[in-house]
Amino acid sequence: MMILHAEQLAIGFGGVRAVDGVTLGIESGQVFSIIGPNGSGKTTLFNLISGIYVPNDGIIQLAGETVTGLAPEALARRGLSRTFQNLQIFFRMSVLENVMVGRHRHERTGILADMLHWPSVKRQNEETQKAALAALARVGLADLAERPASSLSYGALKRLEIARALASEPRVLLLDEPAAGCNSVETQEIDRVIRSIAKDGVTVVLVEHDMRLVMNVSDRVHVLSQGKTLTEGTPEQVRSNADVIEAYLGVHGSQEAMRAFG
Amino acid sequence: MTAELLQFIFSGLTVGAVYALVGLGFTLIYNASDIINFAQGEFVMLGGMITVFLAAAGVPLPLAALLAIALTTTVGLALHRFAIEPARGASPVALIMITIGASIFLRGIAQIVFDKRFHSLPSLFGNEPVRFGGATILPQSLVVLASAGIIVLLLWLFIERTLLGKAVAATAANRLAARLIGMNTRRIVDFSFAVSALIGAIAGILITPITLTSYDAGTLLALKGFAAAMLGGMGSGPGAVVGGLVLGMLEALSAGYISSNYKDAVAFLVILVVLIFMPHGLFGRAKIERV
Amino acid sequence: MSVRSLAERRYLPVLAIVVLIATAPLFFHSLFYYRIGALVFIFALAVVGLNLLMGFAGQVSLGHAGFLGIGAYAVAIGPTFFGLPPWASLIIGGVLSGVVAFAVGRPILQLRGHYLAVATLGFGVLISIVLTNEAEWTGGPDGMNVPHLVLFGWTVRGADVWYWLTGATFIGGFVLAGNMVDSPTGRALQAIHDSEIAARILGVDVASKKLTIFIISAVYASVAGSYLALFNGLVTPEVAGFLRSIELVAMVVLGGMGSVVGALVGAAVLVVLPQALTVFHEYEQALLGLIIMVFMIFLRRGIVPSLAATLSGWRR
Repeated sequence: MMILHAEQLAIGFGGVRAVDGVTLGIESGQVFSIIGPNGSGKTTLFNLISGIYVPNDGIIQLAGETVTGLAPEALARRGLSRTFQNLQIFFRMSVLENVMVGRHRHERTGILADMLHWPSVKRQNEETQKAALAALARVGLADLAERPASSLSYGALKRLEIARALASEPRVLLLDEPAAGCNSVETQEIDRVIRSIAKDGVTVVLVEHDMRLVMNVSDRVHVLSQGKTLTEGTPEQVRSNADVIEAYLGVHGSQEAMRAFG
Repeated sequence: MTAELLQFIFSGLTVGAVYALVGLGFTLIYNASDIINFAQGEFVMLGGMITVFLAAAGVPLPLAALLAIALTTTVGLALHRFAIEPARGASPVALIMITIGASIFLRGIAQIVFDKRFHSLPSLFGNEPVRFGGATILPQSLVVLASAGIIVLLLWLFIERTLLGKAVAATAANRLAARLIGMNTRRIVDFSFAVSALIGAIAGILITPITLTSYDAGTLLALKGFAAAMLGGMGSGPGAVVGGLVLGMLEALSAGYISSNYKDAVAFLVILVVLIFMPHGLFGRAKIERV
Repeated sequence: MSVRSLAERRYLPVLAIVVLIATAPLFFHSLFYYRIGALVFIFALAVVGLNLLMGFAGQVSLGHAGFLGIGAYAVAIGPTFFGLPPWASLIIGGVLSGVVAFAVGRPILQLRGHYLAVATLGFGVLISIVLTNEAEWTGGPDGMNVPHLVLFGWTVRGADVWYWLTGATFIGGFVLAGNMVDSPTGRALQAIHDSEIAARILGVDVASKKLTIFIISAVYASVAGSYLALFNGLVTPEVAGFLRSIELVAMVVLGGMGSVVGALVGAAVLVVLPQALTVFHEYEQALLGLIIMVFMIFLRRGIVPSLAATLSGWRR
């Protein structure tokens, strides 16, 4: 079943076409990666799919329903969640509380009940806490639950964002460069987490620079260059595609490709 | 055009010229530092009050005025150096609170150093109203309008024609880029505070013969100057001037035709309307936000 | 940490405050102290509400005294013009404040940072201008008299009685606020403060939550305003003025943004200060301005969080 479908998506900022007619289709349960050199429009594409930007052109469909232009809150209610490249952690809250917010769309108490602290709220807090702890356990952060989020290492924060997004029980999870800035040990953790999520049937869409990670976990890879689709295929197909290599290499040869495919 | 309407327009333009100068001061500082300086009105108050009290102490009026301008400019600089600079990096709201605190502080000091009464200054060219089209206008009003025009012209020339002026404009356009190419943005912000204080003080000295001054005249002026800057578009110098004049006339017209009690409310209504319906004002620049 | 110890963590401050309020009168030499205490509780109540808006949700309101004014004038106008008993007028004032907060909040809360600050400022000043000018209803700049509060047939009179009444109400408001912090709504609000975009992507209806907390904080201020008017027997337009709004914000900042206990501390400092100055009361404004500047520059976290941080540093 095609769970996420984008057709001819386009958006421009002050004359620059950041995303220019991109079409892609993601099957339910896949791990789908979007790669491309810097400035190719990957994060912009993510922002379009997650409702942060409204496209100038094109449509987006989630599980058959047209969701183009819907706000992030509305998409969240439809089972879409994401992490952020620049870490949007709730730094004033504890690790556990961060993930508890992820449960928001499953929480059922209202403002009045909250203020009066009726028994339903106590129950809700307990349920939320339990689910949040479970999500933390999946990314290996359960024993850091009580710590302030601000005290975590960068790699741990990346996993925290994933746990938070997971807690909302999404059908589609967008991971925006989860391995950026992570060392090889942390990246392996991310690898493990992604596989575990995919095994549960969650569709994972990945934007990533780390080619090893992309090749390891992906079912399909979509390559962007300068806002347009370059090609799409299995990791092996993409890896050996001459156009892809040239997009990364450029005319004079770029170190990026050397490192990436090395 | 009836004489009455003309009268309202004259008085509106006069007070509008002061709003324009206060708004211009806001804009200068906002452009250089993204700060909304609520103590702007106190510069106007200090210009007038210091002149009054120095003159009363025997200092010749021209000298008193010059000293007042110099002192107020120093206050402006001090405000930046001692209150704003130490809080660099604070949120916009925290910075507004600091300037509000400074405004209250300056008002409180003025209350102690001066007094709580209204004060006036002699007009430059006497008090004989000039007849024009069936309405009258005070000579001092003409002085205010002319001075405002000259100040705006001088500022424009400065920004367009001098190197420092271009540096200020560059900082306004993109502060990070300005710093990256080696500009001393701290000096530029210093400068913007000093100039804002300077034109505020001049405005205060010129308007006192007409509207009188007192220790708490600053607050309402700051809010109205802000309304002028908002109406013109936060960040636009010409906008602040136009905004000030328009606001002044709106006030005068509503005082004349609707209710003089609610004259002060006009500025706040303008603020709310602009913020809700056209946040970029008449000439303001839109900022593109990226996540 | 189990849910139980979370609750323990919450009830400890409440208990401490109840004990404090109950035992403080042992040190009172005269009715004057009760009066100060009552004033502190009244403002602390307003500050608790404002703190929910500013400290937790991260919004700003420089015009909150406007709601103080609505509540204060409600208990003056209700009895005088409509023959309503003060307690009913208090409730109506609260409802009215809520409605006004809803009407004004919808468009204004979309604004950010300094635009929101100035919009709220404009709103607050407009309220005080209306209160000053509609002399037929409000008595103009000189204000109006306010009748005594009558509860269940018993007239509330005397500073000591007011002390207990305002103290109890403050505790109630304090508990409600604390409850909210430790609930789905509270977490959502704190999330909005830290990262609005992340909150949205997790399904939080940011606009609606901001509006809700704005309304709640307005009602808190309204009740406080009503108490103030009933306590003083008199109300003037200054209750809704710009300076009053800034004082409220200063109380939030002083006590500590995001600290419910801080509300009491902040209110206490700024209520006691003018009393303590006596001879030097001319310096009140200058001092207020100085305090605001110093705290916003150096002690932005406020007294209670700074103390708490220092203390927890010692414990280690």
